Amino acid sequence: MELNIQPILPEIFICAMACVILVLDLYLKPERRTIAYVLTVMTLLVAAGLYWQDFATGSAVYLNGMFIKDRFSDVVKIAICLLSLLVFVYSREYIKARDLFLSEYFVLGLFAVLGMMVMVSAGHFLALYLGLELLSLSLYAMVAFQRDSSVATEAAMKYFVLGALGSAMLLYGMSIIYGLTGSLDISVVRGIVAAQAAPDNVILVLGLVFILVSLAFKIGAVPFHMWVPDVYHGAPTSSTLFVSTAPKLAGFAIIIRLLVGGLEDLHFMWRDMLIVLAVLSMLLGNLIAIAQTNLKRMLAYSAISHMGFMLLGILAGTPNGYSAGLFYGLVYTFMGLGGFGIVVLLSRAGYEADELDDLRGLNQSHPWYAFLILIFMFSMAGVPPTLGFFAKLSVIQAVIDVELTWLAVIAVLFTVIGAFYYLRVIKLVYFDPPAVAAREISATADLRVLLSANAVALVLLLPMVGPIQEMCTQAIASVVGAF
Amino acid sequence: MFGGLLSWVIWLPILGGIIVLATGSDERAPLARKLSLAFSILTFLISIPLYTGFDTSTAAMQFGEKSIWVSTFSIYYHIGIDGISMPLIILTTFLTVVVVIAGWEVIKEKTAQYMAAFLIMEGLMVGVFSAIDAVLFYVFWEGMLIPMFLIIGIWGGANRIYATIKFFLYTLLGSLLMLVAFLYLYHQSGSFNILDFHALPLGMTAQTLLFIAFFTAFAVKVPMFPVHTWLPDAHVEAPTGGSVILAAIMLKMGGYGFLRFSLPILPDASHELATIVIALSLIAIVYIALVALVQQDMKKLIAYSSISHMGFVTLGFFIFSGQGIEGGMVQMISHGFISGALFLCVGVLYDRVHSREIASYGGVANTMPVFAAFMMLFAMANAGLPGTSGFVGEFLVILAAFKVNIWYAVLAGTTLVFGAAYTLWMYKRVIFGEVANDDVAALEDVSPREILFLSLLAAMVLIMGLWPYPFLDVMHATVDQLVTQVNTSKL
Repeated sequence: MELNIQPILPEIFICAMACVILVLDLYLKPERRTIAYVLTVMTLLVAAGLYWQDFATGSAVYLNGMFIKDRFSDVVKIAICLLSLLVFVYSREYIKARDLFLSEYFVLGLFAVLGMMVMVSAGHFLALYLGLELLSLSLYAMVAFQRDSSVATEAAMKYFVLGALGSAMLLYGMSIIYGLTGSLDISVVRGIVAAQAAPDNVILVLGLVFILVSLAFKIGAVPFHMWVPDVYHGAPTSSTLFVSTAPKLAGFAIIIRLLVGGLEDLHFMWRDMLIVLAVLSMLLGNLIAIAQTNLKRMLAYSAISHMGFMLLGILAGTPNGYSAGLFYGLVYTFMGLGGFGIVVLLSRAGYEADELDDLRGLNQSHPWYAFLILIFMFSMAGVPPTLGFFAKLSVIQAVIDVELTWLAVIAVLFTVIGAFYYLRVIKLVYFDPPAVAAREISATADLRVLLSANAVALVLLLPMVGPIQEMCTQAIASVVGAF
Repeated sequence: MFGGLLSWVIWLPILGGIIVLATGSDERAPLARKLSLAFSILTFLISIPLYTGFDTSTAAMQFGEKSIWVSTFSIYYHIGIDGISMPLIILTTFLTVVVVIAGWEVIKEKTAQYMAAFLIMEGLMVGVFSAIDAVLFYVFWEGMLIPMFLIIGIWGGANRIYATIKFFLYTLLGSLLMLVAFLYLYHQSGSFNILDFHALPLGMTAQTLLFIAFFTAFAVKVPMFPVHTWLPDAHVEAPTGGSVILAAIMLKMGGYGFLRFSLPILPDASHELATIVIALSLIAIVYIALVALVQQDMKKLIAYSSISHMGFVTLGFFIFSGQGIEGGMVQMISHGFISGALFLCVGVLYDRVHSREIASYGGVANTMPVFAAFMMLFAMANAGLPGTSGFVGEFLVILAAFKVNIWYAVLAGTTLVFGAAYTLWMYKRVIFGEVANDDVAALEDVSPREILFLSLLAAMVLIMGLWPYPFLDVMHATVDQLVTQVNTSKL
């Protein structure tokens, strides 16, 4: 069989560039390391361009079923490229001020991106696992990047142990499924599982549970969320930015590949499991966030509750629901990026700005940044007129569509509880007197402009909600329609 | 998309708000003030054709605009007005001008943000009254909370943070249940068009549950007993302009919601549960009036008086007769003018003495005779004196109540006594008697700016009281249709 590398050209490009930057770094003087940064940003830009230019219309399988290229994968990959690109731009000054401006940071980032690309396109259990591990190992290193910080090291250790446990669960689940079906190819597995799907098939249920647990680990859904607050809090904010955005989308993608692509006939089983995960995530995430005094921890718990909302879309088990979940994932990652972007914006050398009290009275000195926080917070709370509202609307609509109105009411009640801690941030920013007399913001122009654009887009894109949702629907249709 | 007149009334103030916001720091406050005044007057002027060009013979939506927004959920940018929403829109654009003038010298800090918040809120409120698509309605309805949250939180009194968060969470809870109701209706009908909801057949259980969801949203907003407790807090802490908009327009959205959603979409549940709503309304009218009687704080007194008067509105609506609904509508508009005016009067005193306590005043008539005259008129209107707008709505509602149950009318009628008691007693303690203290002795009478906004409102109160025909005429056809809808069973 002739090897067609055309569809994986962008992945090869990212991999090659990561290696180039790694080697180039040997010959770069520290003061000229900006070249590595520029190359990384260019790489992501070019990769996004390559996906855009070769945008899939249907669904095709390459490399002996290892690699799927469909509209879904291209949409998610472009989003991952853009998110990672923004992460690098946002964090440049932050890592410079902390002596972390090393080429390894960019190389790890690029390998993580590569891992996500492989996951998103995986048509085979092994490819999926390979991508996931490439991503996870890069992320462990990125979290531990500030090696003289004990908090960061502890966070990385925790992340590594729990992450390895999650990966092991995934492998175990996969091996059970393999034992049952005799194949690692997801589309083959789908066919055999469809024939065997029955509630009393204990082995199949066991495999499903292990896979589900590991997926919950990776996206940080309760009760497998323990690592999230510690990692988000302990890691340097630049790494938190990375961990909290693009990998969430990739996690969503593998859920779609595994549960929808492979095990959709078990929907009657995983639906109830996901309901438990979603309700617990919304409950615990929102309640514990109220008690936080640290902004990064608060955003971590908020991320947990957002994952609960995203699961609502998936558990509906309809194309409409999956596309609502995708839309939620896209909107959330850009909101989360902005939320941690604010922490990066306000911090400077020797000052982290990650305590909630650091935000006090920001409106007095910097009304524009206060306004950006306002947009991010209301968008996360799901208050219109922001995209966050439409994200919540579409997932809640999806669960009502499958007659789970009680779940919609629960989601709504948790939204109200969640609104409280977002409002508290706005209260600190707008209503309280400033804590520090003179507050300097040393952020560079590119960070200011992009962060502003990030926030304003959450409102100005409102007339575009239609086309964006259309895009999500088509992306999901390319996955669901392939069977 | 934004070609029509109605769209301009929504988006011009929002655009104006953004421009005012861009003037930035307090050094340019005079510019911000002038721009805000210009935009609010301009918005008011372009909203007048909505009245003059209104066809009173039809109940159909007028000045309609429709274009697709989110095709996957069939959400449309669909707006239009009928006889119920048009008067409320004019009320909104009119009062925003008043509020901008009222905040002219009083707001010294972050003037641009203050003015911009009111302008943006104006656009969103007009949007609420004109949206025909449920999601669009919801976007405006919730969006409006944001500027009000900031207005109370930034420029409010000592306990403002507690008040504003309470206000936000109360209303958010109600609204989100309404959102679930919308989604359920969409699931049933395949459309977010409110007019399609009106025609949708629904079983009794579904109607009852939906009624409860809508009722939570609107009862919190009105507010009805027993979910009224956020209102006194919010009113007392809000700056004068915030209180005016809150009492005059935001409360009306609850009433508007009943007319737009509960009654026509859920006629059977409305009839079934009307007794409960009427009972809660009567409790509000009588009990809250008694609570108002013992208040020491002028703003609190007016806040409780608002709840009591809004009880009339819900009472009128749930009698399901043309007279009752028109009475409730007139009461809403009239209360918009009167409560706005009374809050402005308290604001005038507060700006001078910095106290809202009734006990801090006494004999104000000696030093502020012109002001005393104005406040006299508004106090009388609040008590429901014939010849003022306050009388018309109360009279219609009591008349309609008589036809259903004499006890409804008797209990509602007590407000004429209690209303007069708490309003005039407060007036007496503040305005009449000997000059109470040095603060009162040093008072200066109203400035030309204050005379301007007080006389604008006084004129409206008198016109509506003496010649209510133009107000009743525009809503006639729509109310007739509504009465038919609510009295036609869907079962």
